Order: sequence, then structure tokens, then C-alpha cells
Amino acid sequence: MGVDRRQFLKIAGLSALAGLGAKSAFELLAPGEVEAALPLMEGKRWAMVIDMRRMTVEIMKKCREVCDDVHNIPDWGSPKVEIKWIWEEEFKHAFPDQENEYAADEVKAKDFLLLCNHCSNPPCCRVCPTGATWQREDGIVMMDWHRCIGCRFCMAGCPYGSRSFNWFDPRKAPKELNPGFPTNLEFPTRSKGVVEKCTFCDERLAKGEFPACVEAANKMKKDVMIFGDLADRESNVRQTLRRHFTIRRKPELGTSPNVYYIV
Amino acid sequence: MYDGGKIIVGLVIGLCLLLSPFFYNAGKAAKTPQPVLTAKAKAAKKCVADTAYMRSKHMHLLDDWRQTVVRDGKRYMTTADGKVYYKSLQVTCLDCHSNKSKFCDQCHNYLDVQPYCWDCHLEPKENK
Repeated sequence: MGVDRRQFLKIAGLSALAGLGAKSAFELLAPGEVEAALPLMEGKRWAMVIDMRRMTVEIMKKCREVCDDVHNIPDWGSPKVEIKWIWEEEFKHAFPDQENEYAADEVKAKDFLLLCNHCSNPPCCRVCPTGATWQREDGIVMMDWHRCIGCRFCMAGCPYGSRSFNWFDPRKAPKELNPGFPTNLEFPTRSKGVVEKCTFCDERLAKGEFPACVEAANKMKKDVMIFGDLADRESNVRQTLRRHFTIRRKPELGTSPNVYYIV
Repeated sequence: MYDGGKIIVGLVIGLCLLLSPFFYNAGKAAKTPQPVLTAKAKAAKKCVADTAYMRSKHMHLLDDWRQTVVRDGKRYMTTADGKVYYKSLQVTCLDCHSNKSKFCDQCHNYLDVQPYCWDCHLEPKENK
């Protein structure tokens, strides 16, 4: 005997319910993936801790130099068209929300090392109209320069000033400021009209290496910059964060930045 | 027809000018460019895929690499015979084919395609 319309709808509805229930039960009962320990190349939520107590002007300068060299970042000699992935900034500009008039002199006087915070809730990705910037599964806020149309919504969206716009063709940057440009023949330059920023050196992570700044800084002073996976309870970043009090840039905005500063 | 003679002479001259490139190049077929292999490419014998595929479909392969590397973070590929390659135009392709002008540009110029890869990706330094 055939199934009439009423019966068919009943069966369909019941099986859909059963299917949905089974799926959520499976997800609930599955082991906690986020806590799993992973090798360096496969993180769940990459993060960085910068120990500002031990950071020096020389190390910060070195970090910027190394980053510029590794990523073929041109120097235009003007802050108006500057391109920066990692840079130094005064405390009061880096942490305007601290609003502590009487903060310790050494903290107030210090320059901080800033870079893209690879936010867990990145506003830049929400505003990008082409999907040229997005959040990878490992938390890195990535850029696809092939897709960037240069609308600069992301620059307006980013509360940290982490993004720079190529007003000119980087290969036409003044030679006297950029000896030997492009310095890294294994990395592309960008083209005119594209936004760029720090990518946590995803190309180095893929090879199992630390980001260039972390490597350079730790060569000068051990553990002054710590990079690791926040999802792993026993990772070096998690251990450091458990031991020390840290601050982040403008966390009240709800972006959930992943660069921590020990002050 | 008024001024018929002048018009016809003008038409004939115009037609001749229009067709002159064909007469000029008559009988001389433009040479099909032959990509030149470097010693390193010759020694390697095999590219990441077979030659016929690479010749006609390399742009699809590069597009696929671009997609998988940048969007999915998958930077390595394994060929059918188990060799692992780092997927990069600049680092892997141009390592063997370091003679861009003789390998890439010849055909691209012949077919009048202008790939914008080189706006960002660095060309190898060639000793011409």
C-alpha cells in the first residue's frame, strides 16, 4: 500500500528531527578538540606575548628591520604613506584606554611594540566586501592580496592602525631608502592600491618556523617574545599568561585581541 | 556618378593601404615560439605535472595553487609519484625555469596575453 501525503509529511518531519538531534548529540559528546596539543604548524588560536619589562629599543628596531626585509616592505620616508606591519608606539597612544594619569614612569616613557592583534573577533574581516581578508581556522587574520580591491574599509574598521595602504607601486620606492629592494626573493611585493598587514608569518609557520620578529627578538634576548597556541593549555603562551599579569590593546571594544603585553 | 574616377582611385589606394600588412608578410609565417628549458629544468626531466598538461593548463594549476595556498594554507603538494613540492610560482616554478624571458614571455607575447602575476611576484634575475 502506498503512502499518502499526510503520512509522508509525518515521516519526513520525524526523520528530520531525528537527524538534527543526532548531529547535536554527536557534537556535544565529541572530545574537546580545542584543548588538543598540536605541533607548531597547526595551531588553533595563535597568540603572542611580548615581555615589555625586558624589551629594549634595539630589539624593537631589529624586529621592524627583519619584518621589512622578510616581507619586502618599502620605506617611503613619510609617515603619511608609511607601510608598517610591526612598529613602535608610545604607551599613551598604544593603550589610550588605560587612562592612568599616574602610571609608572618607566611604562609611560616606554615605546611599545605593536602589530596586528589577530583578533578573535576581527572587525576588518566583517567589513571586507570581497573576502580578501578573513580569519583562518588557526585564528590568523589572513590577507589575500589577489582579491583586495583597495577600498580601505578594513583600515577604517581596524581600531589598532594595523593596516597600511599601498598608495604607490612598492617597487618604485626611493632607492636610497630601500637598498637592495626587494630584499626577500622568496616573497612577493604588493601592487599599488592594495592593503597589507602582518600575517603572523603564515608562510614561516607552514614550514614549522616561528614568525620572523619572534625569532629575531629571541636571538637577542631569550623569551622576550613568546608565540604559541592559546587553545593548548600547556603551550608556552598559556603558561606565561598564567604566571604574569598582562594587558591587551583596547579589549573593551570586544575584538578579543591575541597579542598580550607583560608590563 | 560625379567624380567617379577620383572616388575609384581613392578606394583602390585605401584598399591597398588596408591590405598592405598582408602583402608585406605574405608567405612568411610567424615563427611559433619554442620555450627554452634551462639546464636545471632539463636535468629534472619532469615538471610537477606532465608536459602536455603544463603546456595547455599551467594557468589552471597556478590558479589552483593560489587558491589552496592562500585561502586554505595548504602549501605543499604530492605528485602521483610521491614527490613533494612547495607550491609557489616564485620559489618553485622559477627555480627551474629561471629563464623567464625565454620560457614564459615568448609565448605570452606571441599570444598577446599579459598575466599580472609579475605585478607582485618577483621575476628571477636573468643573465641575458
